[in-house]
Amino acid sequence: MDDVADYARAMLIIGSNTTEQHPVFGAMIRQAVLKRGVKLVLADPRRIDIAEFAALHLRQRPGTDVALINGLMRIILEKGWEDQKFIEQRTEGFEEFRTTVMQYPPEKVAEITGVPTASLHKAAEILATNKPMAVMWAMGITQHIVGVRNVMDLANLQMLLGNMGVPGGGVNPLRGQNNVQGACDMGGLPNVYPGYQPVTDAAAREKFAKAWGLAKDEGGRMKDESFALSGKVGMTVTEMIPAAGEGKVKALYILGEDPVMSDPDTNHIRHCLEACDFVVVQEIFPSETAQYADVLLPGVTFAEKTGTFTNTERRIQMCRKAIEPEGEAREDWWITAELAKRVLAGGNLQSPISDAPYAGWNYENTAEIMKEIAALTPSYAGVSHERIEKGERLQWPVKGADHPGTPILHVGAFPRGKGKFAPVEHLPPAELPDDDYPMILSTGRVLYHWHGGEMTRRAKGLMEIYGQSLVELNPEDAERLGLNGNRRVRITSRRGAMEAEAWVTDRVPPGMVYANFHFPEAPANELTIAALDPVSKIPEYKVCAVRVERVGGNQ
Amino acid sequence: MPITLTINDRPIEAVAGQTILEAARANGIVIPTLCYHPALPIVGSCRLCIVEVEGARTPQAACGLVAREGMIVRTETPALARDRRTILELLLANYRDAEYTAADRDDTEFEHWVKLYGAQCPPGSTPRPQRKVNSDPNPFVWVDMNKCILCTRCVRACADVQGRFVWRPNGRGARTDIVAGLETTMLEARCESCGACAAFCPTGALDNKMSVDAGKPDKKVTTTCAYCGVGCQFDLNVKGNRIIRVTSTPNAPVNGMRLCVKGRYGYDFAHHPDRLKRPRVRKYLLETPNSKHQIPKSSLQSEWVEVDWDTAFDITARKLREARDTFGPDSVGVLTSAKCLNEENYLMNKFARQVIGTNNIDHCARL
Repeated sequence: MDDVADYARAMLIIGSNTTEQHPVFGAMIRQAVLKRGVKLVLADPRRIDIAEFAALHLRQRPGTDVALINGLMRIILEKGWEDQKFIEQRTEGFEEFRTTVMQYPPEKVAEITGVPTASLHKAAEILATNKPMAVMWAMGITQHIVGVRNVMDLANLQMLLGNMGVPGGGVNPLRGQNNVQGACDMGGLPNVYPGYQPVTDAAAREKFAKAWGLAKDEGGRMKDESFALSGKVGMTVTEMIPAAGEGKVKALYILGEDPVMSDPDTNHIRHCLEACDFVVVQEIFPSETAQYADVLLPGVTFAEKTGTFTNTERRIQMCRKAIEPEGEAREDWWITAELAKRVLAGGNLQSPISDAPYAGWNYENTAEIMKEIAALTPSYAGVSHERIEKGERLQWPVKGADHPGTPILHVGAFPRGKGKFAPVEHLPPAELPDDDYPMILSTGRVLYHWHGGEMTRRAKGLMEIYGQSLVELNPEDAERLGLNGNRRVRITSRRGAMEAEAWVTDRVPPGMVYANFHFPEAPANELTIAALDPVSKIPEYKVCAVRVERVGGNQ
Repeated sequence: MPITLTINDRPIEAVAGQTILEAARANGIVIPTLCYHPALPIVGSCRLCIVEVEGARTPQAACGLVAREGMIVRTETPALARDRRTILELLLANYRDAEYTAADRDDTEFEHWVKLYGAQCPPGSTPRPQRKVNSDPNPFVWVDMNKCILCTRCVRACADVQGRFVWRPNGRGARTDIVAGLETTMLEARCESCGACAAFCPTGALDNKMSVDAGKPDKKVTTTCAYCGVGCQFDLNVKGNRIIRVTSTPNAPVNGMRLCVKGRYGYDFAHHPDRLKRPRVRKYLLETPNSKHQIPKSSLQSEWVEVDWDTAFDITARKLREARDTFGPDSVGVLTSAKCLNEENYLMNKFARQVIGTNNIDHCARL
């Protein structure tokens, strides 16, 4: 992030409310604009706070990002602003990509996106003629049924301009949760082991089977094929919970997640959790999801345990214990390890071979767990608590005990060799407004709260400033609805309804409402649609069709 | 090109462009400062950092004076000490401390220099009119302009660190005040409650409201924030097993002095009475310990019973094993957490794959 703040000459922020969602990085970007005159192009339907610092604000219609990016790239190609040397030396598939992009002339793009052609030309010029240029995005890009296409198209843009592998350039997804990067790195995904080693790869399976004491061995203890590691890709969260509703998943072990607040189509989620035979939730609070649990295990906050988090720029940093756990609550790693020992102690399956190096679950502390991670995860091979405690600043891949880490990826080469241009086409959102549901709803978060709100709704000062859910509504729409000072509104979609106060503001364009999912009494996810990106299985939180009505008041 | 100069009769190497203050600090020489902060632009207004430079007619402010080859500098002389004491006494003349935090806390920077130079409030001085203590309703930032010495660190912190421009000097000369916006409340002046102004204030005129009167910490622990993915670090100030304050860790790799409202002030959830403090199980699980997987889910209406860890573990292990052994490993789903440690996520991955035998593991990255 510091390289972007210090070296970028231009920036494109698309689908990231940076100053509210990554406030410290947002402040760094503001200073880069003020102090270094960085030219910032913002592409966002809402006039979010960072718009004040933008040289240009494109307000594309929600769900039209591919058309917008393709349109910018066509202008870049027509003007000859592409980086031909980079394209020749480091990429492939350019011709096919070019053919696709040429199908997006400014007039057509303006019609799809609602962005005037003059703004498209201006944006393309800023982004192409100031180098390096950095692209930043967050969930505004990924939470669409075309999320993967959006991301690939932004990579296309940066390859076209040769902005890959340079300080101040690159594609910079801003990760939401403090350790979402680490959870992915550690194999908290249905298709990969730690370090993104695929579960479908026989060699990776064998490696982990041996390490964890599950490999079939000559002596015959592990003859049972069913006990080998599964090579079948598992279910994502957006598949797992519906599967519980269908009776395919019988038991759920949920650590520090709150699907009732954070998953799409809450009604359906509740039904599914109710239908699940056994739900164990490990949490710090009795969350909305905890109501559907059969067992609640009290874990601890970040202040009560020691270990590591990995931030959005792959930087591995210490979280250190400052206070003793409240009551009988225990460190989450200890809880998981104890539970593992007890599950392994009985049942049909045999225990793992005890002399395998990492078969067991007896850990003294998280430093010991990190040693196991380093042994099995090439990108964390050189990571240890000791090195971080000595003051070393490590960004993965850290390939060995002497390797200094890797602040910038793809310098000189991509992992696959050449970067491949992936032609992508615009595809409209899954649910567009119609006569019954004439407005577009986008959901997200606000500065003063966090995700499902379990933590921030229990922080007194934050509640003093932002104590109830506010739905952003354009003044034109407010007038049409006859709000006239009475700000209570009901929002209805095909899946559910919620009521909240309206914040009448031109932050949102006419025809669009923006709601957060922090408050259980105004649960935006009652409304959202579980339409998923076919590859990433991310739900389309940024677009669904709703109807907004006034509640009460004089007619 | 290194530059050689002499400070307090010691030869010192400085980098070209470094100020006397920076060169001195890099060599462990302390020069008192108030308006200066390494993370802020230099204004050179308080004059506390004055030093004697051979050949210069008057003492010079070290914060803004660029080191030159062959300079001979003295940072502590009887004349400088007298000048500094005078500067501090002039500030004290307009400084009122209602002493609500006087007991049991660390000295502010200002108090530190006042004590060190033995400055006393000059007799017969007529301080500015009394301001209201705690004059702003912002829930996080405590405002007591009776303690303001007009160093403008808050103004620069808001403009040059946060980029929000809430604070500004208002009025001229002896009537100057620091005000928010057009003399409004901080929030009306578009404050984001990041607390940078309080973090940079050297007198406690701006302070953390949640921590006023909280006392002196037993310890400070540097840790990484648990909200967003930026990875800011800060110091948790702990007293009696309670977090009483968050202070910036100036050398934090990502954020330096910067923090946002959630990082600096969103910590009290850790002590909220809603915290789960003992394992709980539904009563039906205790009543029918041997029944297998056909318990009606209406038993969710079954009330919670607090139990010991052994009971909770035994029930959970039995239920997970039953599902695995009866319906196969893929009948179990594991949701790990993007809020938890790498080490904990690794264990959840191992739990799903080794203990249960399924790849049904995911977390909220998609949400």
